[in-house]
Amino acid sequence: MKKIEVNNLTKIFGSHPQQGLKRLIDGEQKENILAETGMTVGVNQASFSVEAGEFFVIMGLSGSGKSTLIRLVNRLIEPTSGEVLIDGQNIVEMGKNELIETRRKKLGMVFQQFGLFPHRTVLQNVAYGLEIQGVKKEERNKRAQQSIEDVGLHGYENSYPKELSGGMQQRVGLARALANDSDILLMDEAFSALDPLIRKEMQDELLNLQNKLGKTILFITHDLDEALKLGDRIAIMKNGEIVQVGTADEILENPANEYVSNFVKDVDRSKVLMASHVMKKPAVHMADKSGALAAVRKMEEVGASSIFVVDKDNNFKGLLTIDNAISAYKSSLPIENVLIEDIHEISPETPLNDLFSVAVEAKYPLAVVENGKLLGIVSRVSILSGLVLGKKEVTTP
Amino acid sequence: MNYFTLPLEEWTNRFVDDWLLPVTGEFFDSISEGLRTFVDGVTDLMIATPPVLLVLILIIIAWKFSGKGLALFALLGSLYLGSVDLWEAAMQTVAIVIVSTLISIIIGIPLGILAATNKTMATLVRPILDFMQTLPSFVYLIPAILLFGLGNVPAVIATFVFATPPAVRMTTLGIQQVPADVVEASKAFGSTKWQLLYKVQLPLALPSIMAGINQTMMLALSMAVIASMIGAPGLGSVVLEGISTVNVGLGLTGGLGIVVLAIIMDRITQGLVRNNKK
Ligand SMILES: Nc1ncnc2c1ncn2[C@@H]1O[C@H](COP(=O)(O)OP(=O)(O)OP(=O)(O)O)[C@@H](O)[C@H]1O
Ligand SMILES: [Mg+2]
Repeated sequence: MKKIEVNNLTKIFGSHPQQGLKRLIDGEQKENILAETGMTVGVNQASFSVEAGEFFVIMGLSGSGKSTLIRLVNRLIEPTSGEVLIDGQNIVEMGKNELIETRRKKLGMVFQQFGLFPHRTVLQNVAYGLEIQGVKKEERNKRAQQSIEDVGLHGYENSYPKELSGGMQQRVGLARALANDSDILLMDEAFSALDPLIRKEMQDELLNLQNKLGKTILFITHDLDEALKLGDRIAIMKNGEIVQVGTADEILENPANEYVSNFVKDVDRSKVLMASHVMKKPAVHMADKSGALAAVRKMEEVGASSIFVVDKDNNFKGLLTIDNAISAYKSSLPIENVLIEDIHEISPETPLNDLFSVAVEAKYPLAVVENGKLLGIVSRVSILSGLVLGKKEVTTP
Repeated sequence: MNYFTLPLEEWTNRFVDDWLLPVTGEFFDSISEGLRTFVDGVTDLMIATPPVLLVLILIIIAWKFSGKGLALFALLGSLYLGSVDLWEAAMQTVAIVIVSTLISIIIGIPLGILAATNKTMATLVRPILDFMQTLPSFVYLIPAILLFGLGNVPAVIATFVFATPPAVRMTTLGIQQVPADVVEASKAFGSTKWQLLYKVQLPLALPSIMAGINQTMMLALSMAVIASMIGAPGLGSVVLEGISTVNVGLGLTGGLGIVVLAIIMDRITQGLVRNNKK
């Protein structure tokens, strides 16, 4: 089912948009129109559709019309011509009340410039969408609290936006959109202000959410890696036009034109999906803090037959299996003596391709280690699922 | 230079006498009646309240909105007004200022909101405000007398005309200064126009609106003083009497009283601005 359908959508900024439109339809170039009439073509006859539950990414250089396009979808900007169907309803032709209702129930949005309310606390910001729908205070605060925790801002509920860093503000914007629980999320460079670690965490969280709740996501990014990781399909924009839509594979393999191939050329294809993309946070045991018994308990807790061991600075020590832990406990040896140390250590940039051959031989999960620190683990399952997700060409050796 | 004669004076008089007064007289009379009840009521209330009680309230307000310094100043200022026997005159002036500021706010803020959100309103309101602000106050004191007689009421009307523009302008400015991305976010979540206004635009415009109220009040005070020329009672008429009888001492005593009121009103309303910036 099509969740969003955009047909022939055009936005021209300026005094006589209809005249500009005529020129566009006659095939005149954007630069020409700007030079002769002073009007800017924001979006030029764009058409695409997004399936329910799909993660649709829009990419393009700065000024290519991405933000304009996403604002046309919820009609923050009135289009010059064309239509936008949300669940089959044309938002361009909706009356005032219908539009408000659609925005409330169906369209959450995260803004490139955050757009937080400076006079409201984080909690009040996040609860805003529910508040204007008349949800009772207790209920809306509960839901807002939940999404604040989802984005890792627990403890900042009563801070004001200006007291937070850029990355934290961006997460408030994300939480605000999530709290509304709309089917569709419009995200304009929603992760651009985050540092790499949190960014990855948010990406994973978003994918998770989408899998769990079947959200339809329209996501804008500058970052090709991000697009390849997240997008079921990717649209590339240039000068307000959509020049290509396709899966990552299709775009990498058959770029529609030079612009697209330039865009994707610095992607070393074998590098596209890396260990850091599929690694998981492991349950770890801190060697210097507790002994074998605690390790056994932890394994029981997480339901694993082995556990990775680190010291208090997260330096990677080795793997402890349940058998070894028990024998260490019985003979009251320190667990350092029974660690398996010849674990495959890989760097976070290891391409998934290479992992595959390693994973076939390995008995245990692979440890992703950088500068001696344990960043994550890659199980054989996650390599396989990386394959199945099919975002990339990952060939078996 | 008189190549031809323009009988503007005569026309105006004829327009006023033959048309304006007969046709609209009743209307202005009823406004006049209502206003008189209002101003006189407030004036009587201020004068009838025991000064000690009023001063106490004033000190508390001064303390709350500004600080200890102003509270002390309010006490000393009140003692001064009492000691030169100008308490009643001061209360008459304060009553005119309060009433006309209230009217200015009640009309000015909604007008400012309309001008900020509606282009037609903006183009309509701006020239009127310019006109109100550039017109020398003497000039509209005359029609004020014509339409409303002498005393309190024309004073309030003239003061209202003189003091409303900043309330309108600063409201418009405050709303227009709300960042576009914040307004956009509010709309994207499905706010109605009203929700956008009272949950986002007004709270963010509040410091600017308060600054407007401060200016309005100060203008109202200066006009309430000038309006003594059309028979408004209060400190202004004390100064006027000092001038016309060449009694420098009386002029100075009344003048100082005005300064006292000005400082107290200014500091309290500036405190309002500060409180809303936090
Ligand atoms: N309100 C506006 N008035 C006039 N021109 C505009 C307006 N908004 C955007 N534009 C123009 O439309 C074009 C597309 O802008 P847009 O913000 O959509 O680009 P973008 O792809 O989001 O860029 P970025 O990656 O830098 O965010 C630009 O040329 C811009 O100057
Ligand atoms: Mg943008």
